[in-house]
Amino acid sequence: MSAMTIESSFRAAAPAVDFCALRFVEETSEFLQVRQDVAEPPRLAESRGAMLTVIDKGGLGYAATSDLSPAGIAEAMRRAHDLARLTAGRSVVDYSAIELPRPRGEYRSPVQRDPATASRSERYELLAAEARQCRIDPRIVDWDANLWTTRTHQRYLTADGGDVVQEFTFVVPYLSATAYEDGQTQTRTHGGRYNGFCRQGGLEVLDAFGLEGAGRECAESALELLAAPNCPSGTMDVLLMPDQMMLQIHESIGHPLELDRILGDERNFAGTSFVTLDMIGSYRYGSELLNVTHDPTVAGEFASYGWDDDGLPAGKQLLIRRGILERPLGGTISQARARLPGVANTRACSWNRPPIDRMGNLNIEPGASSLDDLVGAIGHGVMMCTNSSWSIDDSRNKFQFGCEWGRMIRNGKLAEVVKNPNYRGISATFWRSLAGVGDASTVVVTGTPFCGKGEPAQAIRVGHASPACRFTGVDVFGGEG
Amino acid sequence: MRAYFEELANHLDTLAAGGEVIISRFAAEQSDFIRFNRSAVRQATAVSQATWSVSLIRGMKRIDASTSVAGDAATDREALARLVKGLRDAIGEVPDDPFLLYETRALQSAVEKRGALPQPGQVIEEVLEAAKGLDLVGFHASGPIFKGFASTLGTRHWHAVESFGFNWCLYHGRDKAVKTTYAGETWEAGAFAAKMAFAREQLALLGAPPRRLEPGEYRAFVAPAAMTELLSMLSWAGFGLKSRNTKQSALIRMAEQDARLSPLVTLHENTAAGIASGFQAEGFVRPARVPLIEEGRLASALVSPRSAREYNVDTNGANAGETPESLDLAPGSLARDEALAALGTGIYVGNLWYLNFSDRSACRMTGMTRFASFWVEGGRIRAPLDVMRFDDTAYRLLGANLEALTRERDLVPEADTYGERSTLSFRTPGALLRGMALTL
Repeated sequence: MSAMTIESSFRAAAPAVDFCALRFVEETSEFLQVRQDVAEPPRLAESRGAMLTVIDKGGLGYAATSDLSPAGIAEAMRRAHDLARLTAGRSVVDYSAIELPRPRGEYRSPVQRDPATASRSERYELLAAEARQCRIDPRIVDWDANLWTTRTHQRYLTADGGDVVQEFTFVVPYLSATAYEDGQTQTRTHGGRYNGFCRQGGLEVLDAFGLEGAGRECAESALELLAAPNCPSGTMDVLLMPDQMMLQIHESIGHPLELDRILGDERNFAGTSFVTLDMIGSYRYGSELLNVTHDPTVAGEFASYGWDDDGLPAGKQLLIRRGILERPLGGTISQARARLPGVANTRACSWNRPPIDRMGNLNIEPGASSLDDLVGAIGHGVMMCTNSSWSIDDSRNKFQFGCEWGRMIRNGKLAEVVKNPNYRGISATFWRSLAGVGDASTVVVTGTPFCGKGEPAQAIRVGHASPACRFTGVDVFGGEG
Repeated sequence: MRAYFEELANHLDTLAAGGEVIISRFAAEQSDFIRFNRSAVRQATAVSQATWSVSLIRGMKRIDASTSVAGDAATDREALARLVKGLRDAIGEVPDDPFLLYETRALQSAVEKRGALPQPGQVIEEVLEAAKGLDLVGFHASGPIFKGFASTLGTRHWHAVESFGFNWCLYHGRDKAVKTTYAGETWEAGAFAAKMAFAREQLALLGAPPRRLEPGEYRAFVAPAAMTELLSMLSWAGFGLKSRNTKQSALIRMAEQDARLSPLVTLHENTAAGIASGFQAEGFVRPARVPLIEEGRLASALVSPRSAREYNVDTNGANAGETPESLDLAPGSLARDEALAALGTGIYVGNLWYLNFSDRSACRMTGMTRFASFWVEGGRIRAPLDVMRFDDTAYRLLGANLEALTRERDLVPEADTYGERSTLSFRTPGALLRGMALTL
């Protein structure tokens, strides 16, 4: 079905209502994996469909369809219109009173080396070469390497002139090695269990994340952990590296600041927030060192885009400035409901889900400390790398996170490696213990394809760039032993 | 829809060239989703989606592709022909797969369950009427779900169910709420009203000043809804043959060091009593029951076709992730209405939330209490709890500290809607624990 046909079908079906839009999404992907030196069958996928939005007389209806024929579009439009009628006067807000954008423009991911320039055999060989490097010891009992590439074409049309085309290319490499001895298993991953090393772009993303050599590094590190002592328990400083900071930002800043949570939409599933509307503008979220931005315009970061899925143009905004909460994560509809400024973050994971408030790229701005400075400032503490476990309460307040790898710091010097490092805290106060923020040389741009939220549920791509950060007085503990 | 599936399956038969086998899976749903917040509608969405997933097999080579389709036979015949041609063009450079295994017998099965589902207007009407004066937030999902499997060797499996699920919270304030689920195949206004009335009664219990606990170990009664969260953790990383053989199972100490749970714990993958389809992606039919833990001892593993080939054992129809889809914990002997008296003094855990492993090798997990959880004294509910974090091992929670399981069990359908509506379910009793370690 050509784009022109879909557009003409949409325009033919558009009823005389307050607002009407179509979001067409076409996504093709390839997943290649080599496990224990065996190349698994390629998994290819194409997903194609349209979401129709109708707002009329205060009601809002959505209808999604994979039938892109004129009749299919017309039927979806009829259903969306019916739902708008049914919800008029019974909705959380008068949707007709909200002015939605009518944007025009184009966005494209920056791609230097198109994944298609390498043959599938070459892409397999790339993975196989790293997988082979994992096989360094009989105690390495499992290993795999995979590469997930995706292209997404999205077109957003409004009945009254809006027309945005966005073309995304995503590259997500992953590698893991697992070591086992005497009832104990230790796994090291390249970027974390939920694909933290992910970006927009081409095969240059693999270079940026250092996939070459990662196989041997992960295997050696897993073996090192088998021999390491458990992380000690106690109150101490922690130095969180960017591949753990991304999770810390995500769970204890990103989710609590989502405006739809604050407004209560997610209380039945993903949860509420300890942040309330009256805190915005004055609440001390963190120390003076904490500066947090929402910035979908960072070239190549995983959740970059030109416009959100309600058509709001993306820009860089400070959410937390020198520790003070200034702005929540809410798009056009949430901003109108809360009567607060927000950001362009109303997004859907695909054509078959309606957009809701999501994180785009949520980043911590770099500070002034080198990595040596951060280590040198710690008398007794632990450096933690690569998230392995995450759990946080319904209000995104009480959290407990675990990492794959830790290293003690004593008297400003890096000391022995420790296994199963975990820590716990409370979001509302944890960030006030931020005592050191790494400079630009410590920043890594990461993300995840799997941020879950919403009813119906949606797993969406988010980006997180962060420097290494030092926190004081943290409750740290190790594994079961 | 079944006629459509059969027509397209027959069409795929014609697309296979000499020496090729095509196995394919069809999934479709026509769903109405309605979200509510503060006793009003937040979003109402209709979703009509259909997907074919096709595997082209030639010798020891296999390549998989899925595509969205219109659900119209004439249109989709062309789409599938294009898809198969693309796979044929690509299969040459695909390496041989030594672990290739698929059903080669010509099997047939069909399940069709029709329901009486409510229209969106009826749901909105009844819910908003019942929620007057309350703070209700909830989610309704309803409609038919279709799944099919076909192979050019003659297998046809078909599974069609019409179902709804409405789960909602009545909020007292902040994070204090009563969560209720009404799910089934036939919506009955009386049944919904009865559940809403019970939830209103429970809501009154949340009005008392909340009790804040210090970290420590507490006697606990874990209600079935909360038990599903503990069982989900075992499902995620406990039962697969691959995870067992690669030492990544959370139950590795049961496999390698003869660690045991309580003799009260018997777990099955109980396909016969679940909601999920009786076949898997390579066409194998699932046995009615697979014992996973018997009286506290590790029993069979879930074996996907791929693992079956890799480890030279028979498959038992597991999915590729080797996770249960119809997990069943056997009942105990404690009457549910005597559970609070048996608890005496301790915590009633109505729901748990956001579990993860704090030490996977030791099956130590952490998570939060949520919604209607209470402090109990003298067998009576005294106060709602402020949320608390637990961090404890399955070997303690479901081992030495498991005092009793209830005689009555709940069938809890998984409300998951990532990508498509889930057909997973749990059947579980509640559990009385001598101790549960709370840490924050």
